[in-house]
Amino acid sequence: MDVSTFSSRKILITVIFAAVGLVYVLRLFQIQVVDSTYKQFADNNALRKIVQYPARGLIYDRNRELLVYNKAAYDLLVTPREAGFFDTLAFARLVDVPVEDFKAELTKAAAYSRYKPSVVVKQISHEKYATLQEQLYKMEGFYVQPRTLREYPQPMAAHALGYVGEVTQEMIDANPYYKSGDYIGISGIEASYEEDLRGRKGVRYYMVDVHNRLQGSYREGEMDTMATIGRNLITTLDSRIQAYAELLLQNKKGSVVAIEPSTGEVLALVNSPSYNPNLLVGRERGNNYARLLEDAVKPLFNRALMAQYPPGSTIKMAQGLIALQEGVITPETRFYCAHGYSSGNFRLGCHHDQSFKLSESIAKSCNAYFVYVLRAVLENSKYPGVREAYDTWRNRMMNLGFGRKLDSDLLNELKGNVPSSEYYERYVFKGSRWRALPVISLSIGQGELGITPFQLANYCAILANRGYYYIPHIVREIEGKSIPEKFRIRQETGINRSYFEPVIDGMEQAMMPGGTGAMSMIPGIAVCGKTGTAENPHGADHSVFMAFAPRESPRIAISVYVENGVWGSTYAAPIASLIIEKYLNDTISSQRVWLEESMLKANLMNPLIIPESGDEE
Amino acid sequence: MATRNKLWANIDWVTFFIFLLLVFLGWINIYAAVYDESHKSIFDISQQYGKQLIWIAAALLIGFMILIIESNFYVIFAYPIYAIAILFLLLVLVFGVEINGSKSWFVIGEFRLQPSEFSKFATALALAKLLSNFNFKLDSVNSLLKISLIILLPALLIFLQHDAGSSLVFAAFLLVLYREGLSGIILFFFVLIIILFLLSLLLPNHILLIFLFLGGLLAHYYLNQKFRMLIKILVITTMVILLVWGINRLTGSYLTLEYVILTGIISSLAAITIVVVRERIRRTMVVIVIFFASLIFTYSVDFVFNSVLESHHRDRINELLGIQSDPLGAGYNVNQSKIAIGSGGFLGKGFLKGTQTKFDFVPFQSTDFIFCTVGEEWGFVGSVTVISLFVFLFLRLVFLAERQRSVFSRVYGYSVASILFTHFVINIGMTLGLMPVIGIPLPFFSYGGSSLWAFTVLLFIFLRLDASRLDKLV
Repeated sequence: MDVSTFSSRKILITVIFAAVGLVYVLRLFQIQVVDSTYKQFADNNALRKIVQYPARGLIYDRNRELLVYNKAAYDLLVTPREAGFFDTLAFARLVDVPVEDFKAELTKAAAYSRYKPSVVVKQISHEKYATLQEQLYKMEGFYVQPRTLREYPQPMAAHALGYVGEVTQEMIDANPYYKSGDYIGISGIEASYEEDLRGRKGVRYYMVDVHNRLQGSYREGEMDTMATIGRNLITTLDSRIQAYAELLLQNKKGSVVAIEPSTGEVLALVNSPSYNPNLLVGRERGNNYARLLEDAVKPLFNRALMAQYPPGSTIKMAQGLIALQEGVITPETRFYCAHGYSSGNFRLGCHHDQSFKLSESIAKSCNAYFVYVLRAVLENSKYPGVREAYDTWRNRMMNLGFGRKLDSDLLNELKGNVPSSEYYERYVFKGSRWRALPVISLSIGQGELGITPFQLANYCAILANRGYYYIPHIVREIEGKSIPEKFRIRQETGINRSYFEPVIDGMEQAMMPGGTGAMSMIPGIAVCGKTGTAENPHGADHSVFMAFAPRESPRIAISVYVENGVWGSTYAAPIASLIIEKYLNDTISSQRVWLEESMLKANLMNPLIIPESGDEE
Repeated sequence: MATRNKLWANIDWVTFFIFLLLVFLGWINIYAAVYDESHKSIFDISQQYGKQLIWIAAALLIGFMILIIESNFYVIFAYPIYAIAILFLLLVLVFGVEINGSKSWFVIGEFRLQPSEFSKFATALALAKLLSNFNFKLDSVNSLLKISLIILLPALLIFLQHDAGSSLVFAAFLLVLYREGLSGIILFFFVLIIILFLLSLLLPNHILLIFLFLGGLLAHYYLNQKFRMLIKILVITTMVILLVWGINRLTGSYLTLEYVILTGIISSLAAITIVVVRERIRRTMVVIVIFFASLIFTYSVDFVFNSVLESHHRDRINELLGIQSDPLGAGYNVNQSKIAIGSGGFLGKGFLKGTQTKFDFVPFQSTDFIFCTVGEEWGFVGSVTVISLFVFLFLRLVFLAERQRSVFSRVYGYSVASILFTHFVINIGMTLGLMPVIGIPLPFFSYGGSSLWAFTVLLFIFLRLDASRLDKLV
């Protein structure tokens, strides 16, 4: 290779080397000599990023009574490298944590990062913060960050409201908005309306000097983002009857669901036993949660939405309606009850010896009548066989809101069970010809049928509306935003409006002298109701009741389950009637005070006084 | 004895003393950077500064050993040394340990070694060996393939260790090849690609498109000196763009402005190309080809940027270009580094008086960000001194390389200068906020045995070659 040809290129290379050196010298001159801002930065030599946590939206009841608000709490953070020497023991006492825990947190923070802040004590109460604040200036490297915690002025509706907790790693991975230490709604309204309630976090950058004193905002706040406060929610709950229902259910296991039929708004959602929502807030949340979880009476269990019970006799109206719609009976069709129903070896007991028409059979809750009714539906000659007729029946049941989720804004709704024809084919008929008798106990709400108290209340609203419903929901207004459109759409059930009157006649008669719920009559209010007994293989049967009132332009539809209460008329019906009376009249009439007292006193939590299971009503 | 004496007499002591000075300055700055009140002694071997002293002593021993070996050894064993280096790069991919996100370390007990550091001098030796082959012609495709293989193989293996910074250093060899006669156009393309890459991230595509077009026009004018044709092209293209714009407006504005301009330029260029080809204006044809190549490149940058680079690379480039700003996230290091250096002022805060580095605001302050300590404690004066020392070393190495009588020694000498220079440009540029954050050490300065020894070996082999430059043509 001819060396001389390219040796002149050494000049360009030399120039490149020297030019870069010169550029760097000029740059150094600029930032070290000309520009003085870096010196200021070094004086205020740390930037601190302070996350602005927005206050979570408040939650009100339908009358603007406050149900959930926020109280201030403070997280203590440390930047390990900035921390000087201090008395750990005294400091730990100051913030009210065991000194070992405090030391462990400090070690953890140092291991995470020497120059980034870590939280060492969470959720210091406002009172403790006042004393801490006086001492804090001495503690280099420590500072506090305000947070908000939930507070419940009147502890109620724990399951409906839900609770807030710290995000888990999975939640952080699933949604990058959340950072370690953030709070998130975990159940109830807190979870289903999380995005509205939480608002948006903001960030503020401050400059801090070596002595940990704030020196003002960084670049006049141009990088800061404002936090957006969460939206307030107005729920559909009526705290008056919510509280009253919780009181009536004390010392009993069960649930109450009340709905305003004309809107689908949930007026009360009560579970018993329940817990004080204030327990699931603050530093003790974890311990309290574990304690509640281990409690044998399951206070965390949301029975209203997640317990599946047989509907008992309350299902009879649905049977009547389906039969009317299918055209296999008329309101005047009579069937004879001879102390029950017999067909070959099959026998189902009842208490009467007379014939009934539809409305009477509901008022008297005649089992035999509804066995005839379901037989007529299933053996309808319109269909090629019982199986096809059953499929139609099942479809109509699902239109009435059974065997499926209602798609409300409450989480964890259970589907319940209206068995498919495949189920009976596989386990009952097994290839043989379909007959009505093996499935006939469905007609009186037994057998495989399973519903939730929530579905029962919705079904009651359908009866009150004579044929349609709005998807039950618990939030009425989201501040600055409308509630989901689906809650405003009328849902049809496919049952003709005219078929409801005879059924409702029966329900009204049931609440009159001679009817099954006569004891729970309310003077001056036309209540339409139906008692039931839900079979319980594990112990005494459950007391069930559903009702709406008043008969014309109903304002409330309610379902009540009292576990181990046996007959619907003994516990569920009186409790429901008291709630209805309270809601419609605001007081309990004097001649019913004894009933209120006996319900308040009743204790079904003690297994010794649980009555024996009785016969079918 | 006679040869031995001649050896010491022929060694370039100027370079040796700069080396010594840089190593010494590095050591005291490491001391300042990690200075800890409870370990005041600079000789405390439980601290980085104590350890660095051991690495320095070992480095001097290694340097001495390199000098007493016959210079022929390096020529004869150039390829085997390269092969061993490649083998180690492969082994570290299998047995290596991941530190700071790069799987490029062997860890044996307390001891850590980074083979990628040593692959640089091995590659320099292999390249020198190849280019010094007496019938080697740089301009044949075959030779270029061989050269690419030698340089890109270690670079690729290092890239696979997730150490993109170190593999980038291999671009240094472009300078060496340029000196040895590689066409300047390749260097020009390399620079063009970098500029286009940055511009396509900074500018909206349609503005860049217009710039490219105007650049092409200028190149065309410069090459042909036909002013009237220039005006014609400009007018035609503008009219075509306006036409496309008008049609687009009338038909319902399906195209964005960018595509209007793109369609206009491409269709008018297509027409111009036909004229150019017919009239056989070869130079303009080249310009048009380059223009279209740049166009394709620009549109592929987004893809490369988003699909090939890892997210922290993207963040660092975006930070540098000011596209994003996150002083406590991806931009934290650089922001703190600039504050540290900038706060040094003209004379600096004084030895051990730096507050930025003392309080750990700058991460990696003893390794990749060691220059911050220089800037903060020694100010403008100290920083310029260090930069001058480095530049003087590079110029000295060029001078030494040019006085070699063998191609091998010259290529190797330029390799040393270029590798050291690349580290210098990237490392100091990064601390000054002029380069993206690429974690590679500052030669002789940064804390760490592997890099210090590797740079020592790199430099001392050249000192040895230089010392025997008069012996014979190696």
